[in-house]
Formats: sequence, structure tokens, C-alpha cells
Amino acid sequence: MNRLLAVVRRDLRLSLRQGTDSLMTLVFFVLAVVLFPFGVGPEPNILARIGSGVVWVAALLASMLALEKLFQADFEDGGLELLVLAPIPLEGIVLAKVTAHWLAAGLPLVVISPLLGVFMNLPADVLPVLILALLIGTPALSLIGAIGAGLILGARRGGVLLSLLVLPLFIPVLVFGVSAVEAAAQGLPAKASLLILGGIALGALALSPWAAAAAVRQALE
Amino acid sequence: MKRLDWFANPTRFLKLARAVQPWAGWVALAAGVSGLYFALFASPADYQQGESVRIMYVHVPSAWMALFCYTALAAASAVALIWKHPLADLAGKATAPIGAAFTFLALVTGSLWGKPMWGTWWVWDARLTSVLVLLFLYFGYIALNGAFDDPTRGARASAVLALVGFINVPIIKFSVDWWNTLHQPASIIRAGGPAVHSSMLVPLLLMALAFKAYYVWILIIRLRAEIAAGKLRAARLKDAARSGA
Amino acid sequence: MIGAFASWAEFAAMGSYGAFVWGSFGIAATVLAGVWLQSARALKQAEAALAELDDRARNRP
Repeated sequence: MNRLLAVVRRDLRLSLRQGTDSLMTLVFFVLAVVLFPFGVGPEPNILARIGSGVVWVAALLASMLALEKLFQADFEDGGLELLVLAPIPLEGIVLAKVTAHWLAAGLPLVVISPLLGVFMNLPADVLPVLILALLIGTPALSLIGAIGAGLILGARRGGVLLSLLVLPLFIPVLVFGVSAVEAAAQGLPAKASLLILGGIALGALALSPWAAAAAVRQALE
Repeated sequence: MKRLDWFANPTRFLKLARAVQPWAGWVALAAGVSGLYFALFASPADYQQGESVRIMYVHVPSAWMALFCYTALAAASAVALIWKHPLADLAGKATAPIGAAFTFLALVTGSLWGKPMWGTWWVWDARLTSVLVLLFLYFGYIALNGAFDDPTRGARASAVLALVGFINVPIIKFSVDWWNTLHQPASIIRAGGPAVHSSMLVPLLLMALAFKAYYVWILIIRLRAEIAAGKLRAARLKDAARSGA
Repeated sequence: MIGAFASWAEFAAMGSYGAFVWGSFGIAATVLAGVWLQSARALKQAEAALAELDDRARNRP
């Protein structure tokens, strides 16, 4: 357990020291949402109608940007091979790296989401549901995305390929994440959608480390 | 001068493949021609849908093949990853484009059937959406397979992807039961047997047989091409090594 | 009677659904023929190149 925490701390320290990556993910998230009022016009009703979808899609795209780097640096400098040889199972290492990635790149998205909800004219009582849904959904995105990040190690044009691979797998998270916020916007209980979202996140927690570790092992063979 | 034998037993496989290939082709042709005869001439129009029901005879077999090919892809991927059999890698690589083509056909013919029947070219219900995701999975597999300089690395990476994406297959199959969909529920492969009259079942099954045989036929052609390409690569590497020495 | 149809004209029209029905069968035929052509061409090219390499190897002193 200590060793896993050590991996989390190391990855966090590296990304915080680098700093720009997490900041860029956050800025991309904000920019992507802010473009919509310019594109569809500032009329409040329209923005409120599409707001939940826009924020969620932007969160998906921003998550994907950060995912490319999950294993990349360690793969290139040989650190990944050392991690594979460590006494901790590779699945645990993957989980630790994903945790660090989510803390640095996913959590900031959750924190700034109410501001973006306001930009998209979502009603105030919907914002807590938006935060909760993203809080459950973004770890699921990081977990599912880790599989893609492992698969593209050593590929040409890995970044573009990652989008093609990972976006279809993100769709269930998107569908239920938006339906939770939409339900709240209509005054209906969001519990059902949030529970399903939680189920998907738990499923990802159980399966993704295993699949991502398999992908990383293939890359190192 | 001996050629590098790159596989365990490609020669034996090639002998079998060359024998089976024409049979598969002729079965595809025979089943296809008779299927089309029944589909277009010798079967009745539908009481509600009129002549547009004939689209079913290409739409449904295409959809069946889309799922069948992905299942074959997943099976080949499992074999490739567990036993590292090189032919399994090639079988997956050869199957993916065929499966993608059938998925595309299922979507397009479904759209052409939907417009007169439902009044719309497309709807985001569970069945259509999950089949579209299937098409993206096929594209992802093909892209990942070709994204590495080392073909084996590409094959293994796409095999992992194929297995991860397999969850979509039961989702597609049961989507019309689990969700409220515009797409109609299952009427052939269901508990209680087919709910379709034999005059329509016959052309449907003939077209399904034709598509299956077509798949086997094209699979063998593509496998032969992959094996030849592999030998070519190996021979060229050997040539380069020799002339460089 | 041509099968289920009264005339060739009716067969072509498919009860006003002609474009949809023939479009579907047409696209299916085109795509399946296209896949076959691409596959057969790839096989021919690969086997031809392999034969050429074999010839050169055999003729090498």
C-alpha cells in the first residue's frame, strides 16, 4: 500500500512540477465551453437547453488530451519497464498512475464545472448535480482512457489514434452523465442516472487496471 | 536458396485454404442467386410495409454478419493473446475490414428502410447508436493495427482493443429489449423461435448463408495475401541483411 | 406474372419504394464487390512480388 502511495505521490509531484499540462487541460475545458455561446448565440434558453451536454462533451475532450501523457514519459525513458519489474502488481501501478492523473487533470475539471454551468445558464439548483456527476464520471473517464493510453504506446500519431479508440468507450459515461444533469434541470430525481454512472465507474475500476496493464505489457514485449 | 519460413505451419494452412476457397465462393454465389430470386421475385410483400420489406433481405443478414465478424475478431484476438498463434493475428486483421463493411451496409440499408417506414433517415435509439459504436470499434481496430512499425505490436494492441470492445456485442443484441427503441424487437433469434413466416424466412436464411460463405471466401483470400506479405517482408529483410553485410 | 409482380414495370417500381429497395441492394452489391476486388488485388500483388523474389533468388549464382 505504501509503495502504491509512493507511485501516486511521485506522479503527482512530476505533474505539479511540470504544471503546464494540468493547467492546459483546464484551460481547454473552459475555452471549449466558452466557444459555444459564440457559436450558437448567447440566448439564455438555448444555452440552458444544451448546457449539460456541452459541459460534459468538453470534459470528455479535455480528459482525452491529458491521457496521452499517462504512460508516455515513463515509456520513453525506460521507467515503465522498471515499474513492471517492481514487486507490486502492474494493475496496482496502473491504478496508482490513474489516481494521480485524475487528481491532477480530472479533479480541477470538477472544481471549475459550476462556473462553466453558470456560463451555460444552467439553473443554480442543477449545479450540485453537475458537480456530483462529474465527480463520479471523470474517474471513470481516466480509468477507461488508461486502456487507450496503454494501447498507443510506441504508435505513430498516438494522440489522434487515442481519440478514435477511447471516445466510443466514453459514450456510456457521457449518456448517463448528461441524463443525470438533464433530469435535475427538469426537476426530476437524478438518482437513477447517478447510480448507473456509479455502476459504470465501479465496473471501470474493476476492469480497466487489468486491461490497461495487459496493454502496457504488450507494449513492453 | 531457401525462403525464410516465418510461421509454424503456413504451408499446411495454405493447402487447406486453397482447397476451401473455391467451395466457399461457389456456395456464396449459389446461395446469393437463389436468395435474391426469392427475395426479389418469389416472396410476398408485407401487409404493412409493402415492397420495402424486401430491404430486410440485405439489412438483416448484414447486421448478423456485423456481429458475427466482431465475435470472430474477438475470438481470434483471444487466441492471439493467449497462445500467441501468428495465424490468429492475421485472421483478426483480415476479418476487421469485412466486418466493418457489413456494419456499414447494415447502417445504410437500415437507413434506407427507415426513411419510408419511420419517416426518418436516422434516430439515436439504443440499437442504431450501439451499431454505430461497433463501426467505430472496427475503425479503431484497423487504425491501431496499422499504427506501429512492428506488425506484431500492432496486432497485439488491436487484439486487446477487440476484447475490450466485445462488451458492445451483447449490448447491441439486447438493446431492443433493454431500452425503448424505434428499431423493432427480435423476431428471428428469440426464445420461442422465429416469428416470421416461412415464405420470408427462406430468402432471409439463404441470404444469410450467402453472406457467411462470402465472408469465408474473402477471409481466405485476405489470409493468403497476409501470409504472402509476411514472407515478402521476411525475404526482403534477409536480402537487406545479406547485401549490407 | 413475374413472381410476386404483375409486370416488369411494377417490379422496377417496387410499389413506390423503388429507390429505397434498389438503392439498398445496389449499395450492398457495390460494397461487397469492392471488398472482393481490393482483397483479390492485394493477393495478386503480394504473390507476384513473392514469385519475383523467388526467381531472383533461384537465378542468383
